[in-house]
Amino acid sequence: MSPVIESIGIDVLFKGNNMMRLLSGLMAALKISMISVVLSIVIGLVLGMLMTLNKPAIKVVSRIYLETVRIMPQMVLLFIVYFGATKAMGLNLSAETASIIVFTFWGSAEMADLVRGALISIPVIQYESSYALGMTGLQTYLYVIIPQTVRRLLPLAINLITRMIKTTSLVMMIGIVEVLKVGQQIIEANRKSSPNAAFGVFATVFLLYFIACWPISLLSRYLEKKAA
Amino acid sequence: MDTGALNSYLPLYVRAFFLTVRIGWTGIALSLAIGIAGAFVLHFKVPVLSKVIKAYVELFRNTPLLVQLFFIYFGLPKAGIAIPAETCGILGLGLLGGSYMTESLRSGLDAVPVSQTESALALGFTKRRIFMYVILPQAVISTMPAVMANIIFLLKETSVFSAISLMDLMFTAKDLIGLYYDTTECLFLLVVFYMIMLLPVSMLGSFVEKKVRFGIYGDQV
Repeated sequence: MSPVIESIGIDVLFKGNNMMRLLSGLMAALKISMISVVLSIVIGLVLGMLMTLNKPAIKVVSRIYLETVRIMPQMVLLFIVYFGATKAMGLNLSAETASIIVFTFWGSAEMADLVRGALISIPVIQYESSYALGMTGLQTYLYVIIPQTVRRLLPLAINLITRMIKTTSLVMMIGIVEVLKVGQQIIEANRKSSPNAAFGVFATVFLLYFIACWPISLLSRYLEKKAA
Repeated sequence: MDTGALNSYLPLYVRAFFLTVRIGWTGIALSLAIGIAGAFVLHFKVPVLSKVIKAYVELFRNTPLLVQLFFIYFGLPKAGIAIPAETCGILGLGLLGGSYMTESLRSGLDAVPVSQTESALALGFTKRRIFMYVILPQAVISTMPAVMANIIFLLKETSVFSAISLMDLMFTAKDLIGLYYDTTECLFLLVVFYMIMLLPVSMLGSFVEKKVRFGIYGDQV
């Protein structure tokens, strides 16, 4: 192998099945984010619609919920659920379950806020015009409000997916073996034979995340342009 | 809850709090500096530089801070660039935040309608004055909510610094839980200190958002 490749530690990736191990680590992280994304979108849609109802109780509860999520770092939430739940309720959650609970809790709030924002951004005149045309409440929602809401919501929701994928990298801090952890293991195992592995491995992890998120970001931006 | 434990842990948390705040706000200052410079470059379409800035923004917006820090802290020394942990934290946060700020500030500058520039031209303003008195004030006001949201996001991101062994709030909490098993007390203090750090900024953010709603011009009512 050429000396340049060895000096920056890329050579480890071609040894054994190291590259495959890194990729499967990335998959472990992506699996958690995908489950959380699906749950968050479903829960967020329902919550967001509830929030547009003018009920004081819902307003207060949703306000507290959103504000909690807004100011608490996801890491703190992870620690509370993973370490706190075990202590306080005797629940022995696996790290995967704990992280799915936390990311869903966080993602649902973000999604609900996006849904609420998209719904209230539809001018009242749209509702009034539909009623004036003799549409029923359901028809107004189906043919007038929802199509416009979806167009505004879609780019933002897709953007949320990339944010959730990026945040999943935190799960290594509660001991899940994902791409960063696998990277560390590879570096440790090859400490003698390729001392510069840290550079090559972490640069690769960096690129892997970029490859996972960039297309989704581009899609979000494309849809945003189309909606405008 | 054990108040004795709370009292004995408090000084450790206070120290960690100041470290987190210091790194956090220095990083935010750096990210604003990068963001302002980047937004100008993109807005004025500076030839080669704007390509570089675009690539930088894409790269850092689409990767997690944790991965960036691992690369800067563990990877770069192997290429001969060793940076102390605290500087790494500031640099990582600054680079991540810089990409978000660039994007927000640029979209603010670009969002000012062309008719504003044209009207100013018709009134005989020079290019420099159009930018100073017409574009900039409107852009600054319209990006304030996004900038505040970025600041909150960056302050929350400080929680990953423990990964590069900075003794921040998360590190202290994890360490104490491991040593004494006072999980409830440690998590309680962790939440309290993050609230002290973020609640005022969040409230300021909501206040700013309400204020600037009156600062929107044209047909966006």
